[in-house]
Amino acid sequence: MSARLQRGGRLINRSAQIEFTFNGKTMKGLKGDTLASGLLANDQLLVGRSFKYHRPRGIVASGPEEPNALVGLGEGARFEPNQRVTTTELFDGLTSASQNHWPSLEFDIGALNNRLSRFLPAGFYYKTFIHPRSAWKHLFEPIIRRSAGLGKSPEQADADRYEYTYGHCQILIAGGGIAGLQAALVAGAAGANVLLLEQTAHWGGRAPVDGDIIDGKPAEDWISATLQTLAGMENVTLRNRMMVSGVYDHGYVLAEERIADHTPGDGRPRKRLWRIRAEKIIAATGALERPLSFAGNDIPGVMLASATRDYAVNFAVSPGDHTVVVTNNDDAYRTAITLKDYGLEVTVVDVRQAPTGELPSRARAMGIRIETGRGIVKVKGCKRVTGVTIGLQAGEGGAVEEIACDAVAMSGGWSPVVHLWSHCGGKLIWDETRALFRPDADRPPLTHDGSAMVYPAGAANGALSAAAGLADAAAQAVLTLQSLGKEAGLTQAAQADAVEEEAMLPVWIMPASAGPELKSKMWLDFQNDVKVSDVQLAAREGYVSVEHTKRYTTLGMATDQGKLSNINGLAVLADALGEEIPRVGTTTFRPPYTPVTLGALAGEARGDIFQPLRKTPMHDWHLAQGAYMEPVGLWQRPYTYPRHGETHEQAVNREVINTRERLGLLDASTLGKIIVKGPDAGKFLDMLYTNMMSNLGIGKCRYGLMCNEQGFLSDDGVVIRIDEDTWLCHTTSGGADRIHGWMEDWLQCEWWDWQVFTANVTEQYGQIAVVGPNGRKLLEKLGGMDVSKEALPFMTFKDGELGGFPVRVHRISFSGELSYEIAVPASHALAFWERLYEAGQEFGLQPYGTEGLHVLRAEKGFIMIGDETDGTVIPQDLNLDWAISKKKEDFLGKRGQQRTYLAAKDRWKLVGFESIDGTVIPDGAYVIAPGTNEYGFRNAQGRITSTYYSPTLKKGIAMGLLKNGPARMGEVVEFTSMTGGVSVSAKVVDPVFYDKDGEKQNV
Amino acid sequence: MLILECPCCGVKAEETELAPGGEAHLKRFGPGSSDEEFEAYMFARKNPKGVHFERWRHAYGCGKWFLAARCTATLEVFGTYPAQTTEPPAELIAKIQAKRPDWKGWK
Amino acid sequence: MSEPVSALNGAVSEGFARVAEIGPLGMITLRAKPGTARLAEAIKAANGCALPDARRITHAGDNSCGWMSPDEYLLVLPYGDVAKALAAIAAALSGQHHLAVDVSDARAVFRVTGPNADQVLRKLSPADPGALAADEIRRSRFAQVAAAFWPVDGGYTLVCFRSVAGYVMGLLTHSAQPGSEI
Repeated sequence: MSARLQRGGRLINRSAQIEFTFNGKTMKGLKGDTLASGLLANDQLLVGRSFKYHRPRGIVASGPEEPNALVGLGEGARFEPNQRVTTTELFDGLTSASQNHWPSLEFDIGALNNRLSRFLPAGFYYKTFIHPRSAWKHLFEPIIRRSAGLGKSPEQADADRYEYTYGHCQILIAGGGIAGLQAALVAGAAGANVLLLEQTAHWGGRAPVDGDIIDGKPAEDWISATLQTLAGMENVTLRNRMMVSGVYDHGYVLAEERIADHTPGDGRPRKRLWRIRAEKIIAATGALERPLSFAGNDIPGVMLASATRDYAVNFAVSPGDHTVVVTNNDDAYRTAITLKDYGLEVTVVDVRQAPTGELPSRARAMGIRIETGRGIVKVKGCKRVTGVTIGLQAGEGGAVEEIACDAVAMSGGWSPVVHLWSHCGGKLIWDETRALFRPDADRPPLTHDGSAMVYPAGAANGALSAAAGLADAAAQAVLTLQSLGKEAGLTQAAQADAVEEEAMLPVWIMPASAGPELKSKMWLDFQNDVKVSDVQLAAREGYVSVEHTKRYTTLGMATDQGKLSNINGLAVLADALGEEIPRVGTTTFRPPYTPVTLGALAGEARGDIFQPLRKTPMHDWHLAQGAYMEPVGLWQRPYTYPRHGETHEQAVNREVINTRERLGLLDASTLGKIIVKGPDAGKFLDMLYTNMMSNLGIGKCRYGLMCNEQGFLSDDGVVIRIDEDTWLCHTTSGGADRIHGWMEDWLQCEWWDWQVFTANVTEQYGQIAVVGPNGRKLLEKLGGMDVSKEALPFMTFKDGELGGFPVRVHRISFSGELSYEIAVPASHALAFWERLYEAGQEFGLQPYGTEGLHVLRAEKGFIMIGDETDGTVIPQDLNLDWAISKKKEDFLGKRGQQRTYLAAKDRWKLVGFESIDGTVIPDGAYVIAPGTNEYGFRNAQGRITSTYYSPTLKKGIAMGLLKNGPARMGEVVEFTSMTGGVSVSAKVVDPVFYDKDGEKQNV
Repeated sequence: MLILECPCCGVKAEETELAPGGEAHLKRFGPGSSDEEFEAYMFARKNPKGVHFERWRHAYGCGKWFLAARCTATLEVFGTYPAQTTEPPAELIAKIQAKRPDWKGWK
Repeated sequence: MSEPVSALNGAVSEGFARVAEIGPLGMITLRAKPGTARLAEAIKAANGCALPDARRITHAGDNSCGWMSPDEYLLVLPYGDVAKALAAIAAALSGQHHLAVDVSDARAVFRVTGPNADQVLRKLSPADPGALAADEIRRSRFAQVAAAFWPVDGGYTLVCFRSVAGYVMGLLTHSAQPGSEI
């Protein structure tokens, strides 16, 4: 059984006991434990079920590469699924629960899949659930969804908060092991601005566990001395609990900082996502040990040899009383020696015939039993290891001996962590002798100036021993400095005592000639339940590309991202294809290195600051009046102001009638307002608008249309001329920034010699529309300006004062009523609005919202950008030929509109529709044409663009586009319904439903 | 996440401060142009793997448009320059030719 | 005539840095090509500031003039002085192509102060406050909106559009929460 050892444990504090729970069971741990070491100290070997076969699974690793031990952490609003127990720091009160099982971890019905595993090989889902098609939605998908998927989604909103931080440095060093520290020493001494990041809470990586001696001192001493030196350098910043998740173009690095994961609810943000800009990156990301592929290598109790060592040295946890160490290399002997030192029983099974290196010799001298030329044939046990049978590695699996044991430590050699090197395209080379891929220095990922962006250092560069790793890290730091034009002062690396290690013997299947029975129990990818037999099947079925095999078998997908499974998987594939490993190549390494919490990716963007909501100066007033707000672009606008007991529909009808009969007040502040000024401003506006603007009289208003170069209508609004060389262009609410950008584009990039300046003054003004027959009376009551028909005729404007407020009053109308649109500085807009509201009561004033505005304009047949237009409509389609200058030689969109298709006579054109039964025609409904098209859909000859109930006319009214529409007045056409089937008949009519002669607005 | 130095204000802006504007050095064809000319201006866009000239706007900064030459495959940036020109500066072309001897030129 | 009211009416939030909406403040956007005759005199006459170099901001007492782009300047001055300043610019640049316009009401202005005020900005903007010269103004992105900032005594002044003042106040408040020091 796994248990806490009586002595040792460099990271734990034996006097600080803490309690935590796993599946409701209370357990005791120590401060400094990870959840993994805490579970193992309590002999909790079984921690989860596998993804596909629901096999019992235990802890395999001690770091972020852990594939099995994913748990749900926390509860309620602090629940998070799929957390690796190996990277979770234990704290008092931690709660955790295993995943992927039903009804319980110990007894799981899904494990039936395991019995059926020979019927569930690679590609099973693709092959089986194809037919019948109809079964997918109702039968297959619900079943698969229930049994598949990792973890459960949280059900409550996250109680924690998150944030971003932008970081800037010259050299970012990823990895705080001895290589990273060494690189930081060299880079820091040269004065570079260095950011050194370590994913765990501890510095120094594996060196203290491996018992390395550096500069004559134990690694631990060298690490603390180095940390002290670095802390004294102002240009070096060290941060731990920070996982570099990805390297992107031009030195952009994402890193996730775990701030309060281990202190939940302490008021700090839980996580912080760093968006770092580094000129150069040193990837000192270490290496990961590879598993070996033998039957039953996934049974709880089978662990990586390095992890076994980590748990013993760091946390004083033994994986078992008797451990069989199975290896193809010398490094695993460190584990055997460590366990023996603790007084535990160890047997080494080494596939090599006669290992004679320093470490095997030392082990032999300690009296450790070593079986050479042998491998594990099969692991015995179900929910925990009870023994192994061993046999000749060269054989087919005939057992030589059964060894009773309760733990297996496996080592298949090491793979450099090349993820950060590879994220942006760094290439790898295959190192034959050590059977590993390492960065190819000749083909690095490149940055903005074409130079190398990432420098691999230490084990990540294939320099696996402490001695080689330190030397390499210093050398890589010197190269990095040189690439920045900096000279390294310190170039000498710390010296680690070299330990002579013999060559490893690549072993991809154990035993080498194992039959199907064994191969179907050899796991390559624990998390995704991919076995040796699956990859071999894929090869037999014709998969030759490693990328295709990955998708077909799911090897290395999900959180693994090739950490444990990659090399073993592709070696098996290469073998099955009869290819060399480097010819098969690896799959692509993609960010993130380990998963990033969604909350961290969202950062501050939650709740009130999820997105910028733009508010007018009257926003709070609208809310106080109980307005129902709707988004218009990012703006918040009142849709309607319902009174007690009113539905929105009733409120809108009331507002429309009141505006037509008495007086309405509209917040139109969101309208875009762009000043265009200069000697060439008139010429410029003539190019921008389809109609003439240069001849607009000072003090006058003119409605104008803007098209893009294709000829399609893009925006509209009223233009006013303020003085000889100054115009103010009103745009749609959503269009201000876009149109301002459009203007600047043409001025800067095409007509840069024209003398024109623009300024977007949209938010300088509150704009208030006073609309309705009583409008003039209200303004006259306020006083300060002559607003009579004679002094301020329709389509003119005047600057002055109203009620003491500085205003610009425009006589323009989007409703067909007598209407004044009044601009007032935003800082005074609320006061002015309140003044109008108060003074207007005696005239029956009521505010109205955007829906009322829409009904009013639709009754008048006024188009709305975004309703009548969709990027495929030209002004001519909307019968706006009157606003297209025939005199101008050129304007933006003119050439586009001359294209054959747009100039065709039978285009869909704007008309009005009145349903025969008076109902409102569904929005977006199509006008049916006879026959069907090539896809079997009914032909269409037009569609609805705006449709409302008109309270003025007491019936449904609609505008829409109809083929040859204006020539078909009086015809009855049929519409589809959006829900299918039910059709509506409507008469084609003039789109101006109300006050056709425009008498009411011009009074 | 590119970084481009805005030639108008000198800020080394990152991609989130910029707005892309497509291919640079297009010649506008208006009324009077043939269908072929107009089609080329409106729709025919280069999509090279390699050296490419693009329009960018320093939208969250000085607001100015500028032009950039970069390699679409390696993302190496050869240079940025103000938009008020109909062709890339000669020294930039020379620089690109030196770095990419096989480059066929910008037109 | 009412008293001018700024977007958030002087809202304040206290975290590890102090965030205060200030204003109303007078602001003028002045657009003129470099080399425009009497440009420096116009700015001097408007609010007493010197013509700033590229990306710099000059000050005269509480007034400032920031370089916004090669042909745009932002003049900061008391709210009540804008009309006078516009008249002064018009007089000085008469006959020269330029655009001077009151944008006082189109903006919201914040002051972020405290020993770690820079951290509040670091959380929101890709621009590095550490790389900013004492007399530099930087326009950049703050989370999802545009803003400009420059160093002042004890912190920074930040300007954004008025309509998103509440959003920016929310951002700054969130970023300055105690316990979230970087």
